[in-house]
Amino acid sequence: MSKTPSRLPPPPDTEALRAAPSRLDTVEHAAATPDVELPWAELGLKKDEYERVVEILGRRPTGAELAMYSVMWSEHCSYKSSKVHLRQFGEKAPESEALLVGIGENAGVVDVGQGYAVTFKVESHNHPSYVEPYQGAATGVGGIVRDIIAMGARPVAVVDPLRFGAADHPDTKRVLPGVVAGIGGYGNCLGLPNIGGEVVFDACYQGNPLVNAGAIGVMRHEDIHLAKASGAGNKVILYGARTGGDGIGGASILASETFTDTSAADAAGAKPSKRPAVQVGDPFQEKLLIECTLEAFAEKLVVGIQDLGAAGLSCATSELASNGSGGMRVTLDDVPLRDSTLSPEEILMSESQERMCAVVEPEKVDRFLEICDKWDVIATVIGEVTDGDRLEIYWHGGKIVDVDPRTVAHDGPVYERPYARPSWQDELQADDANKLARPETSEELKGQVLKLVGSPNQASKQWITQQYDHFVQGNTVLAQPEDSGMIRIDEASGLGVAIATDGNGRYAKLDPYTGAQLALAEAYRNVATTGAKPLAVSDCLNFGSPEDPAVMWQFAEAVRGLADGCQQLGTPVTGGNVSLYNQTGEAAIHPTPVVAVLGVIDDVARRTPVAFQEDGQLLYLLGDTREEFGGSAWSQVVHDHLGGLPPKVDLERERLLGEVLISASRDGMIDSAHDLSDGGLVQAVVESALLGEKGARLVVPDGLDAFTFLFSESAGRAVVAVPRSEELRFNDMCGARGLPATRIGVVDGDTIEVQGEFTLPLAELREAHEGTIPALLA
Amino acid sequence: MTARIGVVTFPGSLDDRDTQRAIRVAGAEPVALWHKDKDLKQVDAVVLCGGFSYGDYLRAGAIARFSPVMDTVIDQAKAGLPVLGICNGFQILTEAHLLPGGMLGNDHLHFICRDQKLRVENADTAWTTDYTAGQEIHIPLKNMDGRYVADRRTLDELEAEGRVAFRYMVRGEAADGYGNPNGSLNDIAGITNAAGNVVGLMPHPEHAVESLIGTGRTDGLPFFTSILKKLVTA
Repeated sequence: MSKTPSRLPPPPDTEALRAAPSRLDTVEHAAATPDVELPWAELGLKKDEYERVVEILGRRPTGAELAMYSVMWSEHCSYKSSKVHLRQFGEKAPESEALLVGIGENAGVVDVGQGYAVTFKVESHNHPSYVEPYQGAATGVGGIVRDIIAMGARPVAVVDPLRFGAADHPDTKRVLPGVVAGIGGYGNCLGLPNIGGEVVFDACYQGNPLVNAGAIGVMRHEDIHLAKASGAGNKVILYGARTGGDGIGGASILASETFTDTSAADAAGAKPSKRPAVQVGDPFQEKLLIECTLEAFAEKLVVGIQDLGAAGLSCATSELASNGSGGMRVTLDDVPLRDSTLSPEEILMSESQERMCAVVEPEKVDRFLEICDKWDVIATVIGEVTDGDRLEIYWHGGKIVDVDPRTVAHDGPVYERPYARPSWQDELQADDANKLARPETSEELKGQVLKLVGSPNQASKQWITQQYDHFVQGNTVLAQPEDSGMIRIDEASGLGVAIATDGNGRYAKLDPYTGAQLALAEAYRNVATTGAKPLAVSDCLNFGSPEDPAVMWQFAEAVRGLADGCQQLGTPVTGGNVSLYNQTGEAAIHPTPVVAVLGVIDDVARRTPVAFQEDGQLLYLLGDTREEFGGSAWSQVVHDHLGGLPPKVDLERERLLGEVLISASRDGMIDSAHDLSDGGLVQAVVESALLGEKGARLVVPDGLDAFTFLFSESAGRAVVAVPRSEELRFNDMCGARGLPATRIGVVDGDTIEVQGEFTLPLAELREAHEGTIPALLA
Repeated sequence: MTARIGVVTFPGSLDDRDTQRAIRVAGAEPVALWHKDKDLKQVDAVVLCGGFSYGDYLRAGAIARFSPVMDTVIDQAKAGLPVLGICNGFQILTEAHLLPGGMLGNDHLHFICRDQKLRVENADTAWTTDYTAGQEIHIPLKNMDGRYVADRRTLDELEAEGRVAFRYMVRGEAADGYGNPNGSLNDIAGITNAAGNVVGLMPHPEHAVESLIGTGRTDGLPFFTSILKKLVTA
């Protein structure tokens, strides 16, 4: 474990708050002193936002109220720029019997059958991970896991979609190892298998790495818990870590603004001012929190529950109160502190990790505290649910907050940000990748294959993934580099769930609407490839500054694409996260919607792995291959090019392909399968071969040239290995359902041979594929 | 009749439920033990499972070793109770001086999770009779502080007395799980006490008991069938 001082100096803005009133700034005092100037701008509020707070309260806010509004109305917490677009996920939501809890709670919940419910969500921890890679990434895992616990579920797995600057950039060597160690250091210590995710390199993420973290939890239907405080007289219990000065203003200051300095190298040393806004994690404390919370759930002691993440106590108290039937009274003096000098504003804004807030009936409080004590978890009654509809917070006997909690938690500002298709979009799309110079000889083709599979984005990520525990909990059926991670949730029946996360910023940059649908299609396909039926979606939408109309257009298009796509595929969006301001100066990241698809499989014994299983099995290519190279890995690796149009999306075809893959798995017609995405067919075949330690002989099908066959990134495709005894049945099924299935070769030997073109020994491919990342980062 | 095998949960234990499952798969009865409770509930053997007890703060296993349950485990182990320490459990056993030596951070400074190739060196302990000496097996390994160290005399003693129970196999392809994964002296993966009732190792046999799960191998199952046989026929 890396050790970080638990007490960090407060950032300058809160010092302004401390200095403001010389006496306790109570509600009464605020009413009597309307002319006191408050540091609303330093806390990230705009002038009109501050004026609205004054209007809502009918007086100036107290310092504590201002602290609450400023963090809760931040972009990160209020979704003020994205809300008007996100509504489509609800409006276009497909009918789904599986959806038990939708958008708006800590995480969505899906029915997976046999009385089980599964909750899952993906979130971002991008900005903190750039400033302090280890703690930023670690607390990203911690936050998403608490969201899962707060729904009543036992967390069973995590996934981590990651994006970094160029693989050979010196700062990547600072950020990536720190992020990976942070994810491992936290997740491994919690006992959660890390089963999936992505690692992508692109210069556009240089100053804005994307550290997204996803988690899955499992519970019985009756165990679902919600974040609401109901029943006057019920006690509000804060439990977990003590509250310290770390992470103050993380949501408002760090996550909701653009980095202004453009020098990436500066970030490590020259920006200490934002360092205290990053929280510090203690995974051991979180592990205790998981066990103690689940024990309290099991004894039915909890009426409502909320984790403390962004905006800390401000968020937990205002959300619990506004979702419940009554009001809430909290005595801030009772909050256990790590630092006794903290001001009430700082206590309300602190984002100290590993804390949760539960609402418990008075007669069950003793038992709840007993369970916390068993696990050595500090638990304190800090308030109670009241009859009224006000959230009242007291400090040293004075009332320092008296607000309608809804105005804090739900009635934040909503912006209709202007958006416009960027002027450069046409030019970008006209720069057709299909016109790039293609290999002219077999030798050149072979060279490009080696170059592709050894390029940082296409290379094996084993150096990274072997720093994560995949085995803990003893239910991991599949983990990366499989197409989706798969976890058994019932030992007797073999019921399991699968999850895949995908995103391709290059596609989305060329066309955000299509790019978002391609991310959805790929994740959907990855789940189906392993034999699971896709059920629901979570997303993490990573974009630049919403104040730039071009970025806002990308965002609007991506959301529209994803909402339309989910409607068509019948997979509702159950929740997710928006991360804006991922830009340094004028340069925004590629629009990067990351989509997680959750699927269910009746019996994990039927799962289909990526690795080739047996010599002699027949390789079939499912789907249509077109000349589609826009945004492709080939265009990036060979030509350093980004232009043209991304591959076409046909969601009906994706659905059909999914059905065929699931049926084939259920009926034992295929022994391995791999989806085709970035890098095309050759990438998929090389991965299956290296994982299975078995080669393949490939024949270029009629109507295709070898180059297009190997490198095209047409969507809606997969390669499957069919045992000879199943060939007839498999062909019949594809024919009957109308899915093109082309026999392209056979699993055989210890080389990849493309007939009439070249032969590459597996050993040479392995060296290229597995040597790249350690050479860059180890 | 079957054997009752206790699995201790410390705060921060992670593989307790997995170990209970492995015991069940082998046909024995798992019994949950709590670290604050000195009572071993009359179990026939004890497993100290993997995880990060007390967050590995101070030093892996150093705090857990002082849990009340360990007083009883230490006493009874000295009297012959079979005890298996896996990963963090192995670390606790060395901190408790039931096994010699100790564990330092991996020499490459990273957490490592892989399917590790091992050679069984001693198939006569309470936990290894279902293996044969010299048998080569794959067992998942996952740790941060897995580098076994001891002074030269202790190492010589362990070697001379055949108390190195498992050794990392180093000659072969890394992709197949060969190699010393953490810099352990003498490639030591696991050791036994002189009596053969206390065994500790860094790799995780409880993660290799079902053909569908994890690596898909079941090379870890003999740990649990060995002890079951010993206890049932005793």
